Amino acid sequence: MAKEFLSGNEAFAYGIRLARPQVISAYPITPQTIVVEKLSEMVEDTSLQAEFIHVESEHSALSCAIGASAVGARAFTATSSQGLLYMAECLTYASGGRFPIVMMNANRSTALPWNIYGDQRDSLSLLDCGWIQAYAENAQESLDLALMSYYIAEHKAVSTPFMANLDGFVLTHTYEVVEVPEKEQADLFLQPYKTENKMDLATPRNLAFSVGPDHNIAFKYKEHVGILNAKKAILEAESKFAEIFGRKYSGLTESYHTEDADYIIITLGSIAGLVKETVDKLRAQGEKVGLLRLRYMRPFPNEEVAAAVKNAKAIGVLEKDISFGNEGTVYTNVNSALQKAGISVPSSNYIGGLGGRNIPEEEILYIFEDLKNEKGIIEFLGVGGAKA
Amino acid sequence: MMINIRWHGRGGQGAFTAARLLGAAYSFHENKYALAFPSFGPERRGAPIQAFTKLDEKPVANRSEVDHADYIIFLDDTLFSEKVLADLKPEGKVLLNTKRSYDDPRILTIDADSIALEFLKQPITNTIMLGAFAGVFEGITLADIQEAIRLLMPVKLHAKNIGVVAVASYRIGEEVVG
Repeated sequence: MAKEFLSGNEAFAYGIRLARPQVISAYPITPQTIVVEKLSEMVEDTSLQAEFIHVESEHSALSCAIGASAVGARAFTATSSQGLLYMAECLTYASGGRFPIVMMNANRSTALPWNIYGDQRDSLSLLDCGWIQAYAENAQESLDLALMSYYIAEHKAVSTPFMANLDGFVLTHTYEVVEVPEKEQADLFLQPYKTENKMDLATPRNLAFSVGPDHNIAFKYKEHVGILNAKKAILEAESKFAEIFGRKYSGLTESYHTEDADYIIITLGSIAGLVKETVDKLRAQGEKVGLLRLRYMRPFPNEEVAAAVKNAKAIGVLEKDISFGNEGTVYTNVNSALQKAGISVPSSNYIGGLGGRNIPEEEILYIFEDLKNEKGIIEFLGVGGAKA
Repeated sequence: MMINIRWHGRGGQGAFTAARLLGAAYSFHENKYALAFPSFGPERRGAPIQAFTKLDEKPVANRSEVDHADYIIFLDDTLFSEKVLADLKPEGKVLLNTKRSYDDPRILTIDADSIALEFLKQPITNTIMLGAFAGVFEGITLADIQEAIRLLMPVKLHAKNIGVVAVASYRIGEEVVG
């Protein structure tokens, strides 16, 4: 394993190279551009044997990946923000067709006001498209996710496309120390893609067909079961990954001092790093606080969330997202998990970091302090409450 | 204990390259970690930019910009004003590329422009200020900085930059003593 100093985008590209996709189709958009540039350099210098297809739009980028996957190729694409929204029509074609494409999304704000900086409204607004959604905290996890994503997506019981989300700039453009696995190790971890769900001249079949009212719901049920099966596939992938590479991940969520915590922040993505540091500081002062990081939003970790917070006095969901007219979408999902488990704990929603606004340590401290009121509020950090 | 470094330069002067070289150089060794990033946004030549390097003995989890710095490094003294001293930690230092002198122990100066013209034959001061930092900060060796240059800069830039960081590390030393 080689130690390198890489940005999140570069680390993800290194992980994708190790996964050996056969087709890469992409259209550049800030802050995703570098992952695509890196991969095109790798194809150029032949360290990655893949067909690199420059397409004219994001809609074409995903259409092209679907076409490649439909003939049995391992396909990759990447996008961000408006690009993701532009390819939205194709997202359901990929998931409904059960094509295990991997896409990196550099989380970025959506217009208007036009803004290139990071928040998570782009991907969270597309939770219902039938894609697995993972959120990385740092560059190492980005690389590891890139490699594990194909294992999970292509798993026979799953066969579902995978969206790996990296916070725009704060993760995609920040350089840090990353262990890069050797090719031989990666090949032990991930076998070449084999599927029967493909166009094949020897055994011709109909793919991507129409299904009328009578049977449509059965297809949608199977799609739902497939993405739920990812829960097991994720654990299986991580256990095999730990065996080969020695790095351990904790499934759909990561708990940080939640066991005896009175107050817990639930969040996702790179901001979890700062929350961990703040938890350490407050713990040193004797405060029982903790963090639950959601590593996956789909499939959603209902049981894990309920188990982690069941003894807490209050929880706060911190997210870079708002579903206008209601609340943050992560908050909605978390509350649903608690309700289903019969857990009644006051929960608040803190909307922060929209359009790339910095979330400083003071705001994390403020949330932990505010949770002590156990009042259940929805607040835009630095702007104010918005109670209906 | 985390060391926070903030770089000030103008678009095109290579402040972020210096920030990244420093992070890479520091993290060559076991249990040394770093984070390096620029102030994000559209790149415009000549516009003021900042870059950040955080050094620590455990992985750096806080990705926020540096408000309170151990070192603030200026590639260009037209960006410097003494107001910036308020952003320094109590033992913090400013490393400033300037021909002027300051009667303040917190401000260490070096005439990086002249060194650049003499050794690099062009007014690029990013690696010179990086060398100056290596001369002041005990947690990193000149050899590590030179190795980062070898690994991360284009080959044609190696010889001159490897030489000039050494010159700068001694010159900033002279200024401190003087």
